[in-house]
Amino acid sequence: MECLNFDLATTSLTEVNTFLHQKSASKGVRKVTISNPNGAHNIAVGLNLPVEVEIAGHAGYYAAGMNQLASVTIMGSVGTGVAENMMSGRVHVQGFASNGAGASAHGGLLVIDGDAGLRCGISLKGGDIVVGGSVGSFSAFMAQAGRMVICGDAGDALGDSLYEAVIYVKGRIKSLGADAREEAMTDTDLAAIGELLVQGGPTFSIHKPEEFKRIASARALYHWNVDADQEY
Amino acid sequence: MDNKLRPTKKLSHEESWGYDRSIIDYIQRAAAHGLYEIRGLGAKRRLPHFDDLVFLGASMSRYPLEGYREKCTTKTMLGTRFAKKPIALEIPITIAGMSFGALSAHVKDALGRAATEMGTSTTTGDGGMTLEERASSKILVYQCLPSRYGFNPDDLRKANAIEVVIGQGAKPGGGGMLLGQKVNPRVAKMRTLPEGVDQRSACRHPDWTGPDDLAIKIRELREITDWEKPIYVKVGATRTFNDVKLAIHSGADVVVVDGMQGGTAATQTCFIEHVGIPTLAALRQAVDALEDMNMKGTVQLIVSGGIRTGADVAKALAMGADAVSIGQGVLVALGCNSESWIHDGEHISAVEGYETIGAAPGFCHHCHTGQCPVGITTQDAVLEQRLQPEVGARRVKNYLKTLNMELTTIARACGKQNVHHLEREDLVALTIEAAAMAHIPLAGTNWIPGAMNAL
Repeated sequence: MECLNFDLATTSLTEVNTFLHQKSASKGVRKVTISNPNGAHNIAVGLNLPVEVEIAGHAGYYAAGMNQLASVTIMGSVGTGVAENMMSGRVHVQGFASNGAGASAHGGLLVIDGDAGLRCGISLKGGDIVVGGSVGSFSAFMAQAGRMVICGDAGDALGDSLYEAVIYVKGRIKSLGADAREEAMTDTDLAAIGELLVQGGPTFSIHKPEEFKRIASARALYHWNVDADQEY
Repeated sequence: MDNKLRPTKKLSHEESWGYDRSIIDYIQRAAAHGLYEIRGLGAKRRLPHFDDLVFLGASMSRYPLEGYREKCTTKTMLGTRFAKKPIALEIPITIAGMSFGALSAHVKDALGRAATEMGTSTTTGDGGMTLEERASSKILVYQCLPSRYGFNPDDLRKANAIEVVIGQGAKPGGGGMLLGQKVNPRVAKMRTLPEGVDQRSACRHPDWTGPDDLAIKIRELREITDWEKPIYVKVGATRTFNDVKLAIHSGADVVVVDGMQGGTAATQTCFIEHVGIPTLAALRQAVDALEDMNMKGTVQLIVSGGIRTGADVAKALAMGADAVSIGQGVLVALGCNSESWIHDGEHISAVEGYETIGAAPGFCHHCHTGQCPVGITTQDAVLEQRLQPEVGARRVKNYLKTLNMELTTIARACGKQNVHHLEREDLVALTIEAAAMAHIPLAGTNWIPGAMNAL
């Protein structure tokens, strides 16, 4: 039983998720397709095995949340929090993503072919995010580690209170957040963008690493007041 | 005129109420440093509290139980609403969420051991789960906080229950804070932060914004853990009546309400003292919310924030809580604010250590400095040795045991075979404020200020 299909019109979501958690490994399933998702929330969450999952349509909140090892493709758009807290593996959204895409992801790769909403990559902790379109305001808010490649534009307050994560933007940045600044590109940055564009898939080959700007932390907020203990 | 004949002037020592010495000190400190004060622990001001209530022991109209002989159960079930594996506790007293980072790894280990021996639960904190606390805690509640520091699905699956933290009584509306001196290499690695950075946690969750989102988030946590684990929602006490209703609406199995006396490892003093409502008022509002939604007994209520004694526990239960959570009390049991620490059975003075951080035993709230002279709220390799897990575990176990004995003593006196049978009707208030906040009649009267049907 290499490939298996679940129809969410006739099977409960919990049944599908429980199968993926508990039984797919022992049954040697390599690929699972999920039909009729119809925007259901929490599809394929908490996976922890190298299985391929294809969601044939739109998904709701937290699609592929906390993913580990699995490769999940959503052949449509997703709601809030796709691949939130992902640890490893790959999540690919072929449509658009809503708010908080890839929030607090510790590892793995999130690819979004279309645009992403507000707070894309918020609290990022080591994961990589590649966005074919634009991202909304407050993206990469307090992002701690990891990389974001944004092929379109970025909204307001990009990278506010950024830690060690690095953001690459090709298009226009409406405004930078507190402590975020544009820095000179290095060879390491060019190589990283090149690598991530390749990982994003063939549709990303139209972009060139040298077209991107590097946004990183000025690290002025790392210590909450350098004047502490001043006596006048 | 001869000096000797002039009447001597009396020095005036009239202290201003509005500008007393502590306010003068506050203003002058602000002027000198241009910075607000950050400190640990909870509100220090006098507030209406459980001390302002007393029990009506049994007499002619009620029948007491024998204090030493008759059975009085303290077993407590949490998470019976949706979870396949609810939590069964031996006592209704749990250990509150406190982070590794704020506390040393030894302390987390000690709390786990003591809780396990007493048949109760411990809770992780901001920064994730340590191997030590998972190993030593039979029942471990795993917090899902706004920062998501160190949060991962492997630990989620290892937990016995999950607590979604919306806020904390010491700072409802604020995120955590861990000053650079406590962000040592291990803490930094767990939280994916640069070493020594002054960490200020997010105050909002990154992937949901309101109660309708939270309902979906809770379902995600249930789906990931195959509906096994109870899910708690913790709120800092402010608009508690509405917040508890929204937590229930979001699908919580257990609601945790933390009043303004609840502690913190580091927060602005203005936040600790001026934001949030007292535990007494919050508990009553939370119980009202449960009753209003007909959810009492279905969704359990844990209350925290200034629970110190067995009498406090008994009063919280009588008012309608299913269990309590204790943070500062267990730290004090470990030796917080003690004059000495213990090495090989010997008491060694810590007074000098307090002096170096500008404190003294009995007054210290300098958890934020990481220089805890009794080795509790520190990540310093030398200081943390001052609290050995075995000693700490023994002290916390003794403390919990004492609280539980006091709790059953009061329950028996009120004629209850089960501490959960304590009821509001067993209590009266000593002050008008407490009577109004707790909706408990003033002692010797049937007057509840503000009650709609008051006589």
